[in-house]
Amino acid sequence: MEHKKTLLIQNDLGLHGRAAAKIVELSRKYKSKLFFIKNGYGEVDGSNILSILTLSGSKGTEIDAKADGEDSLELLEELSRLFENKFGEGR
Amino acid sequence: MTEQVTAENNKLTGIAVSPGIVIGKARLVDRSKQKIIYQYLINENEINREVERLKYALEVTKEQLLDLKSRIPDSIKEHSFILDTHLMIVEDNMITASTINIILEERINAEWALKKSVQKIRQLFDQVDFEYIRDRINDVENVVERILRNLVGKKQESLSNINEKVIIVAHDLTPADTSEINTSMVMGFITDVGGKTSHTAIMAQALKIPAVLGLEKATVSIEDGNMLILDGYKGEVILNPDNDLITSYQEKALYYKNYNSSILQLSHLPSETLDGYRVAVKANIEFLEEVETAKENGAEGVGLYRTEFLYIRNKGVPVENEQYQDYREIAEKITPFPITIRTLDIGGDKIFSNKKPSNEANPALGLRAIRFCLKEQEIFKSQLRAILRASAHGNIRIMFPMISGVQEFIDAKGILSQVMDELEKGNIPYDRKIKVGAMIEIPSAVMVADILAESADFFSIGTNDLIQYTLAIDRSNENVAYMYEPYHPAVIRMIMQVVKAARNAGIEVSLCGEMAGDPFCLPILLGMGINELSLTATGIPQLKKLIRSLSKEAAEKDLENILKLKTSEEVRRYIQKITKDYLPDINGNGFKLKYLQ
Repeated sequence: MEHKKTLLIQNDLGLHGRAAAKIVELSRKYKSKLFFIKNGYGEVDGSNILSILTLSGSKGTEIDAKADGEDSLELLEELSRLFENKFGEGR
Repeated sequence: MTEQVTAENNKLTGIAVSPGIVIGKARLVDRSKQKIIYQYLINENEINREVERLKYALEVTKEQLLDLKSRIPDSIKEHSFILDTHLMIVEDNMITASTINIILEERINAEWALKKSVQKIRQLFDQVDFEYIRDRINDVENVVERILRNLVGKKQESLSNINEKVIIVAHDLTPADTSEINTSMVMGFITDVGGKTSHTAIMAQALKIPAVLGLEKATVSIEDGNMLILDGYKGEVILNPDNDLITSYQEKALYYKNYNSSILQLSHLPSETLDGYRVAVKANIEFLEEVETAKENGAEGVGLYRTEFLYIRNKGVPVENEQYQDYREIAEKITPFPITIRTLDIGGDKIFSNKKPSNEANPALGLRAIRFCLKEQEIFKSQLRAILRASAHGNIRIMFPMISGVQEFIDAKGILSQVMDELEKGNIPYDRKIKVGAMIEIPSAVMVADILAESADFFSIGTNDLIQYTLAIDRSNENVAYMYEPYHPAVIRMIMQVVKAARNAGIEVSLCGEMAGDPFCLPILLGMGINELSLTATGIPQLKKLIRSLSKEAAEKDLENILKLKTSEEVRRYIQKITKDYLPDINGNGFKLKYLQ
């Protein structure tokens, strides 16, 4: 099953090293495959740290997440919590 | 006319770290960054082999990173995410799948394919708008360098396979290299980098292999198979010597061999002057492995144990238990002699790898040694606990480095007694009467030595720093290095003042800088009545022999005269004159003193 969700990057530093690492860790817990789609960048693999870093995701940017697999809804649910909580960075 | 190649222009100068003269063939060992070559793969077998090599290298890299991660000390566990990031990079499709694709499609070797993958990644990173993300390319390159090393690593020549007598010439040698060396075949070490306290130096001394390090361009100037003379006394290497030169060095080698065995025989006799004055001669050491060398050379204990190595090796604060084990083992090994442990003598920038190099304008005058420890009390306490716990197993003394005045020393002792109280409450054994001393290496401490002596159990004069701070000379600055002058009247008076203060207060005073091993300084220090000299272990036999040939009474008279002299040059001339009688071994044999140090 494929699901999509639009996420807003809210932390000051954007999708930097530690945030990207947290996304990779999260994606590994699920059976579904995770992708990100950003304007002008096409679709990239959400389980690869370098793909996420080179998306150049800054604060205030919207980004589409797509998950494909049996637990895709749960994956997107946890992912959007991670984005909302600013990757635990506080700001 | 053909140009004459003389020995003079074939002489390379470096740092003498392990004494001895050897003559033999060079064996060049390449340990520098591997050059990546392009290789076109002709058949499917080769292609499969390259894919397998890559997979293997990735697997090894992953294991190494996991291993590193597991060894991170608890105190900096929070920084282990950098290793997590590196692990993710090793597993990233842009590295793994992409490189395998390039091998398959372009039929090229794994190294070259990996290089192409990195180029692609770099292009993507170049387009990132934010510098702090763009900079992550450094992590990628760091990881790729590691993968490359593992790719080529299998081809590296192991030093254990050497089966003819050679002198090893390398850019640098790793601890792994030196530990697997075949000592019956390797006659000497020559490296481009490294100095007196490098691991290679320590290993060379322990293995009794002559070594000259820090030659900068040895691997460029010397070719595999060249004939070499390695002079580990002077720190010189002579390339393609003629027969006359070889003969004269063979004679010198024989002379030193005889001389050294004669002084080694004496080295276990007490270090006592002709008129019965005892000076303890001890070793400065940094690694556990050095204890054996120290004992063999007749050291009566360790006068300075530098503790920085554990912190630098760990790239962070070692856990208390690791320190405790280290201190305990070293104290047990040197028993029944005492060991003086110097607490941490560096700043935070040298300990924490995640910190940028110190941004202090003048780190020598900045936050380091006891100042750093008084600020970072948790780090300090954990070291003190480790030392105190170890003190139950040997004769340990503690000294605090870079003490600038009484308050600082009292503050440091205050923390020590807090730690003692904690141990007391926990019923953990330690030496309640442990001696606590101050290192005297800052001129202000010299000026207040009389009142500092009221709260210290002993003084240890660190002359290397004391000379630098007194004369305002940075020894590593080549513009002023020539002014670094142990015979400067100010330096002699400083030391005199400290020795007097200690004597008046009835406490012991030792000296642990390079001056301790300088035979020319010996009459001055004996004249003052120094109680202990601590120096590099290999210098001990000679120093003991010299002490046994001097008289304290004569040294006192000479000191009186020296104190009246006005310039370093006058002091030097005076010492040279008197050493004709004092140091017959040195002046009588026709070789320069430098040889024997």
